[in-house]
Amino acid sequence: MSTTTTTPPTPSAPSGHTPLSVRSRGAGTRRAKDRVASVVLTAAMVLAMIPLVLIIFEVTRRGIGVVDLDFLTQREPPPRREGGGYAAGFVGTLYIMALAVLMSIPFGIATAVYIVEYGPNRLTAVIRFFTDVMTGIPSIFVGLFVYGLLVVGWGGLGFGTFVGAVAIAVMMLPIVTRSAEEMLRLVPQEIRNASYGLGARKWQTIVHTVLPAAGPGLATGSMLAVARGIGETAPLMLTAFGSGLIVTAFQGSAQGAVPLQLYRGASQPFEAGIDRAWGAALCLFALVLLFTVVARWIGSRGAARTS
Amino acid sequence: MSTEAPETPPAREDSRRGTLTSSRGRLADPIFKWVVTACGTLVLVILALMVLRTVSEAWPVFVKEGFFGFLIGDEWDAGSSRDEITGTYGAWPFIYGTLVTAVIALAIALPLAIMVAVYLTHLAPRRLAKPLSYTVELLAAVPSVIFGLWGLHWFLPNVLRPFFEFLEGTLGWFFLFEGPVRGVGYLPAGIVLAIMILPIMTAIIREVVAVQPLEQQMAAYALGSTRWEVVSKVVLPSSFSGIVAATMLGLGRALGETIAVLMLIGGSQSWGASLFGTGSSMASHIAATFGEASPEGRTGLMAIGVALFLVTMIVNILARVIVWRLGQHTGDAAV
Repeated sequence: MSTTTTTPPTPSAPSGHTPLSVRSRGAGTRRAKDRVASVVLTAAMVLAMIPLVLIIFEVTRRGIGVVDLDFLTQREPPPRREGGGYAAGFVGTLYIMALAVLMSIPFGIATAVYIVEYGPNRLTAVIRFFTDVMTGIPSIFVGLFVYGLLVVGWGGLGFGTFVGAVAIAVMMLPIVTRSAEEMLRLVPQEIRNASYGLGARKWQTIVHTVLPAAGPGLATGSMLAVARGIGETAPLMLTAFGSGLIVTAFQGSAQGAVPLQLYRGASQPFEAGIDRAWGAALCLFALVLLFTVVARWIGSRGAARTS
Repeated sequence: MSTEAPETPPAREDSRRGTLTSSRGRLADPIFKWVVTACGTLVLVILALMVLRTVSEAWPVFVKEGFFGFLIGDEWDAGSSRDEITGTYGAWPFIYGTLVTAVIALAIALPLAIMVAVYLTHLAPRRLAKPLSYTVELLAAVPSVIFGLWGLHWFLPNVLRPFFEFLEGTLGWFFLFEGPVRGVGYLPAGIVLAIMILPIMTAIIREVVAVQPLEQQMAAYALGSTRWEVVSKVVLPSSFSGIVAATMLGLGRALGETIAVLMLIGGSQSWGASLFGTGSSMASHIAATFGEASPEGRTGLMAIGVALFLVTMIVNILARVIVWRLGQHTGDAAV
C-alpha cells in the first residue's frame, strides 16, 4: 500500500483505478501476488473436493457388485467365505434407529419449543448453550455413559437394542433441537398473533399453528439427525455390542448394526469379508446421502415458501 | 320468533362449552409449559448424569493412580479383578496419540479450510458458490466408519503409502519421518481426520468471512488494493476470532473421533516421535479393547473416557463462547 501512495498521480491519468496501480512502483508484484493467490485458492477448493469424489467413486465401484437381494436378506457367513449378506445388521439398524427416532425427535422438538416460545430467559440460555456443547461430545463417551448408566448400572439391563437406541438418541438429540430451534424462529410472529386473536391459548397456538407452519423445517432437521445417527458406530460397540444373528429382542441380548458389521469385516484380513464391508458402505452411504439430500430439498422448498 | 327460540339454547350451550374449553385450556396451558420445560431440562439432566455416572465409575482408578499420575503414566496393564484395582493405569500413550493425530489434522485442515472459505466467499462464481459449499459439507455426512474403510483399503495403499515411502527416503534422517513405514500409524490417521474435520471448519470460517463489513473492503478496493490484499489485510484479520472458534471445534471433533482413527492408527500401546509409528488415541483404545476387557479393565477405560470428555468439553466450551461473542448470526444448526 505504501508503494502506491509514494507515486503522485499524473494529470494524464485515465479514469478507473487499474492504471493507478499499474503505474505505481511494485504494482506488478502486487498483481502477480493477487493472481498467484487466486490460483492457490482455486487449487485448495479442488483439493478439498477430491476426497469426496474419491470416496464416492471407490465405494460405488467396490460396492456395486456386492449389493444384491441376497446381501439384504441373508446372514453373514464366517469372514473367509464369500456370499451372504448383512440382513442381521439391517434389521438391527432399522430397529435401533426406529427406537432412537421415537426417543430423540419428540424431546428435541419439545426442547426447541421451550427455548423459542417460552424464552429467552436464563434457563433457555443455559439449555441452548449446553445443547451446543453436547454436539461436540465424543461419540465413544456417549457409549461409555450409556454403558455405565444402563448396561451395568440401574438394574443392569445388559447389552441390547434399547440401550443402543438410547446412545444413538443422545447423539441425535442436540442436532434435532438446534435445527428445530432455527426453524421455529423462522415462523412469523404474525401467525402466532392471528392465532391468539382467534382466542386460541398458547398451547393451542403452538400445537395447531406454529408446529405445522414449521413442519418442513422440522422434517429437515430430523432427517439430518437420522442421517447422522445411522452411521454411528462407536457408541453401539459399547451398548448394542453387535451380533451376526437377527435379533428381535427389545433388550437383553446383543444387537447387530450395519456399521458394526462393516467395521468388523473391514478390520479382518479376509477378502470376502472386506468385499461385504464395501457393499455395506455403499448401502450406508446411499441411505445417508438420501436422507441428507431429501432433507435439504424439503428445507429449501420450505424456505422458498416462507420467503 | 318461535323459530328463533330454539336457537338460543344451543347458543347458550355453545358459550358454556366455550367456558368449559377455556377452563380446560387454563389448565392445559401450565401443563403444556411444564412438559416442554421438563423436556428442555432433560438435556441438562443427561449431561449431569453423564458426568456423575462416568466419574463415579472411573473413580477407583483415579484414586489408585492419582489424576495426574493417570495422565502421565505410560504403562497400561489392565488387571482382571472383579472388585478392586490391581493393574497399572497410565494413559499417556493414548493421550499422546490423540494429541499427535489432532495436531496433524489441524495443521492440514486449518489452512485448507481458510482457503476454501475465502474462495467460496470472494472468488467463486456466484452460481457455483452454493453447490460447491454444499458439496464440501456433504463430507460431514459421510459416516466415519466409511472414512475408516476407504482410508484403510484404498487411500492408504494407493496414495499414502507411496507418499510415505518417498518422505522416508528423502527426510528419513529427521526424527519425525524416521522409518520404517508401517502403513497404519499416526500420520494416516491424522490425514484422514483432516478430511473429516474440514467441513465443520470451512462452514464456520465461511460464515464469519461472509459477514465482514463490506464498507471496509470497498474502502480498501477504492485505495487500489488487489483482491488478495483485501482478503489478507482486511477480511482475515477481522475474522480472527471466528477462525479460532472453528479451529477449536475442529480440534474437538478430531480429539473425539473414534472409528476412523481406530482403523488407521495401528492400535499399539507404544508411543514414539516418528509420525510413521503406530499407536492409539484415547477414543480408539476404548473402542478397540472394550469388548474383551475385564470389569476392572472397563473401569480403566471409563477413566480414559472421563479424561477425554474433560478435554473435549473445555475445547468445545471455549469454542462456543467465542462463537457466541461473535454474535447470533453465526449460529448454524448444522454445526
